[in-house]
Amino acid sequence: MTTLSEAPVPTGEKILELKDVSKSFGSVIALRDISLHVEAGSVTCVLGDNGAGKSTLIKTLSGVHEPSTGTYEVLRKPVRLSSPRDALALGIATVYQDLATVPLMSVWRNFFLGSEPTTGFGPLRRLDVKKAKQIARDELLRMGIDIRDVDQPVGTLSGGERQAVAIARAVYFGAKVLILDEPTSALGVKQSGVVLKYIVQAKERGVAVIFITHNPHHAYLVGDRFFLLNRGRMMENWTRDEVDLDSLVKAMAGGAELEALAHELESLGGAAASAAEEVADVVSHPTRGEDTR
Amino acid sequence: MATMPASPAAPSSDERLARTGPATRIMRRPEFGAAIGAIVVFVLFALVDSTGKFASLDGIARWTDSAATIGIVAVAVALLMIGGEFDLSAGVMIGTTGLVLGLLVTEVGLGIWPAILLTFVFAAAVGAMNGWLVVKTRLPSFIVTLATFFSLQGINLGVTKLITGTVRVAGIDRGAGFDSARAVFATDLWEPYRFRIAVIWWIAFTVIATWLLTRTQFGNWIFAVGGDANAARNSGVPVHRTKIFLFMGTAMSAALVGIMTALRLRSVQAGQGVGQEFTFIIAAVVGGCLLTGGFGSAIGATVGASIIGMAFIGIAFAGWNTDWSFLFLGLILFMAVMVNTLISRRASAGATK
Repeated sequence: MTTLSEAPVPTGEKILELKDVSKSFGSVIALRDISLHVEAGSVTCVLGDNGAGKSTLIKTLSGVHEPSTGTYEVLRKPVRLSSPRDALALGIATVYQDLATVPLMSVWRNFFLGSEPTTGFGPLRRLDVKKAKQIARDELLRMGIDIRDVDQPVGTLSGGERQAVAIARAVYFGAKVLILDEPTSALGVKQSGVVLKYIVQAKERGVAVIFITHNPHHAYLVGDRFFLLNRGRMMENWTRDEVDLDSLVKAMAGGAELEALAHELESLGGAAASAAEEVADVVSHPTRGEDTR
Repeated sequence: MATMPASPAAPSSDERLARTGPATRIMRRPEFGAAIGAIVVFVLFALVDSTGKFASLDGIARWTDSAATIGIVAVAVALLMIGGEFDLSAGVMIGTTGLVLGLLVTEVGLGIWPAILLTFVFAAAVGAMNGWLVVKTRLPSFIVTLATFFSLQGINLGVTKLITGTVRVAGIDRGAGFDSARAVFATDLWEPYRFRIAVIWWIAFTVIATWLLTRTQFGNWIFAVGGDANAARNSGVPVHRTKIFLFMGTAMSAALVGIMTALRLRSVQAGQGVGQEFTFIIAAVVGGCLLTGGFGSAIGATVGASIIGMAFIGIAFAGWNTDWSFLFLGLILFMAVMVNTLISRRASAGATK
């Protein structure tokens, strides 16, 4: 298999691609003919509402599910991933929203969990604690996060910092593709800003970031390419130049469907008509809408 | 692009303004509450002591005798609990392995040393079976090992009666190599106080377990599988293997105590060890292990075992009826968990979510 961690992939190179991938579970078709590609040193946003198929897409990308049909290519060569370990070995790392770190363990122990540096040999092989702490501190600093004490439990960090630790860890261990599952959805405004900053920093270090979210504002801040997922299908594929925030928000809010509905209601007249006008107004000026999450 | 809200770095440094002093650091350690408790219990029983011996080397030799056998298994049980699992079969394993050793020597005619080796292999197999059943069935380890507990209890009685016609296996001292094995596992040291050699094993166990837990890769995995098995798996930790090893550890530590007991008494009762499983868990919990896993220490379990040993001997030395010792255990358990919870809440106040 091709290993991404062997040589640096030049920025802009197509690093990972799904071609007409479908995934069905029994009679349920979760993904249908998904085509998607990711370039090194860029942030690819996958937007979708609940039930759009985001989780299935993440699990397919990270090796949990194999596609039912279609091909999964890494550096233009088809691969078959049968477990997350396979994906990791290829340099594809996934940071799950709540399942990334162990809260009771210290920052440095979390940082090296599963790939601990050791010293000595035979029965005396032990953790290289000094080195581990040093690297954890340095790597977090490189991501712009200043952890004063890497001995403190991760549970004492804020949600954004926890995500940052998980991201820094993935980047340090040679991830060339970083899949982030709703990293900002549980966070407040400031903490989301912290995480978005790390996304940009990972990108600037040449990592291809796949940012899965239902928040068009967050996506628009950092994204280079936007895929819109709805009911298991890829609805849109925009580059940054082709789209503005309004259309992203509108697309996410189900704008077209809402507008059609508003027109229908207007033709009925009466109270429904005035409500429909309001809806149409909100849809066309999404920044005034409250619930953009 | 990527415009950030103004001063994105500011909030993160603000949050860390509250510095943690060295006192808070010590209080956050899992064994802190137990250490205070041990001092209190020691002073208490030294005060009510009617023999004048409790605080002397004589007295220490007495309570470390009972604490050592509890401590050896409690340390392994603590590692397992940190790994997020229970082993209720650790008590009955003492009897089972003693009987296995006894039967291998008296019925099969093996020498003591080969019999000891086979006993450890047997214990490792039972532990591996416990662990395998837990990770494969995904049933709570409480239930799986409870089933093992009762099964072994039945087998112990049934097989012993079937083979010997009684409920005990006697005559272990007839085996070849008994004296050398006794010198390693069941002798006394330091005349005239007569400390048990089990105390040395106990201390060695504590040191090794502490090193394993805090300074090795495997130790990191123990904390991880108990703290959050999903996150551990996502990070590439072999969760199943780690848990199975921990179950093998408790079974083999129980086997060590079973072998010690058999060599010391030269015979084994079929009911040996039954009821002790909770003593081990109490020692680990008093020592600061969280019932939910992911937190605790081996030293804590050792301190917990010391408290239990001091209580058992202290009650006798005070001239009280020893029937009361279980009441004392119950109270200690409750108070220790209360204190541990309060301390950890206070030490991490405002920090945890």
